[in-house]
Amino acid sequence: MTIALDLLAPYDFAFFQRGMVAATLAGALCGVLGVFVVLRGMSYIGHGLSHAVFGGAAASAVMSINFFVGAGIWGIISGVLIGRIARRKIIGADAAIGIVTTASFAGGIALLNRYGQARKSIEAVLFGSVLGVSWVDIAAILAVSLAVGAIVLFAYRAFLFATFDPQVATVSGERVAAIEVMLMVMLSVTILVTMRVIGTLLISALLVIPAATARMITNSFSRMLMLSPLIGALCCLAGMNLSYHLDTSAGATIILVAAAVFTATYLLAGRRARLRVASLNHL
Amino acid sequence: MGVTINSEPLIRCDALGVAYGAGFVLENVTLHIRRGEFVGIVGPSGSGKTSLLRAITGSLAAARGSVEVTRGTRIGYVPQVESVDWNFPITVGEVLAMTRTRRHWPRTTRSERAEMKEVLEGLGLHGLEGRHIRELSGGQQQRVFVARAMFGKPDILILDEPTSGVDVRTRHEILHLLRDLHSKGSTILLTTHDLNGLASHLPRLVCLNREVIADGPPRETLIPEVLERTYGAPLHVLEHGGMPIVLDHDYTSSEVLRDTERQMRSERESRQ
Repeated sequence: MTIALDLLAPYDFAFFQRGMVAATLAGALCGVLGVFVVLRGMSYIGHGLSHAVFGGAAASAVMSINFFVGAGIWGIISGVLIGRIARRKIIGADAAIGIVTTASFAGGIALLNRYGQARKSIEAVLFGSVLGVSWVDIAAILAVSLAVGAIVLFAYRAFLFATFDPQVATVSGERVAAIEVMLMVMLSVTILVTMRVIGTLLISALLVIPAATARMITNSFSRMLMLSPLIGALCCLAGMNLSYHLDTSAGATIILVAAAVFTATYLLAGRRARLRVASLNHL
Repeated sequence: MGVTINSEPLIRCDALGVAYGAGFVLENVTLHIRRGEFVGIVGPSGSGKTSLLRAITGSLAAARGSVEVTRGTRIGYVPQVESVDWNFPITVGEVLAMTRTRRHWPRTTRSERAEMKEVLEGLGLHGLEGRHIRELSGGQQQRVFVARAMFGKPDILILDEPTSGVDVRTRHEILHLLRDLHSKGSTILLTTHDLNGLASHLPRLVCLNREVIADGPPRETLIPEVLERTYGAPLHVLEHGGMPIVLDHDYTSSEVLRDTERQMRSERESRQ
């Protein structure tokens, strides 16, 4: 009885309840998009985008523009730009992402340094402040989750075709370029609304780990698309609770839980499953 | 079953030129594909075979001349098996269903499942809907992608190197499958490096090396003069069971070969 009460103790706090809702939604949202990130070999793009969005967040803070508007526009432009560079092979994709995103990240730090209010804002954006999320933040995550869920469900086959076989999808009349832009926009907006929960530095892990874990469990795309958000949401739920009891950073604990789930699955799943994840050689 | 060849071309390439930057990979290519035909394109690596397919499928623009595909023609494209990501988490059923993008939802309808079953049965893949694509044999893997193309009810099936990287048994399976589909009325266009295992069995061959070197049945196109112009090296041709066999080694010291070639040449001249 006492243990149960102890476990439920954090739920007495409204800030923890908000944090739980935000983190669980963020985990599911990142889990859905993580499937595309992992299977399309976009892990580095996800990592880079989170850094690019940081620049926009810093600029909007300094210019007193609404965070979602400023960082959102910045993130979407960066996402589309990165997508174009990666697809058109203007220069090496990795180099292009490195240049665009680290420049944006460095610009963000410089802006915050130069115009004060720096330290607290930087830490909040870098490592997340899930216990400080408001209902507005939750509404934003919920709105993006519903939109992403609806888009992925409604255009499921087109997304699958363009991800698995873009060449034949193009021949078959699918608008592969438009699908890729849509994916980058969804990814940018997802990073934007979830970065307060998990932080810029750790968001790419939440995009990659649940999807990579789901890949070990199933050989079916549709099942992977169901499992990955479930794993993401459960890891966030468990990570949040653990962080309270262990008195550790919520973002870091969530990622550690996700990494532990991945490792356990890797060890228990058998050789075939390990080969599946080994085939995701861009991770 | 006899195959009816319609005189109106489905695909019409006229004086087609395709370029990457300033360099032309195809020049002055004229090629018409009619409904019901079974056409193979052969040529060395870099001869423009894939570029020609890409121009036909609309993924590469014509720099000169024109490519016309009859309005409303549905193309079923089968990529090289080597280009497929066999580790992608996808089952046979999902591979087929992805082409029906007019229906958006993941779940297939009852009529889609019935059609899928019919296509898979027709290609000897019945009962494999739930299998991951990597768990199939080489022949089954190639057939899955033919099945995906067929599921889209194409007017023409285009295959890029269907026997590339497959073993002899799989090559036989693919040849039989394509012959069967052709006999049932499918129009087929493919590229191949496989002169003996595939090309020599086709009713019409196009020898390509930046331009069309020859166009006709194998007995007229798989001849040393054409092959030397196509491949830039002397190749010898034997005849076995009425089929030309191309030898890519230097057997010129063989007395038997010289006699056979001499005999074939005189037969060709007497036919002309």
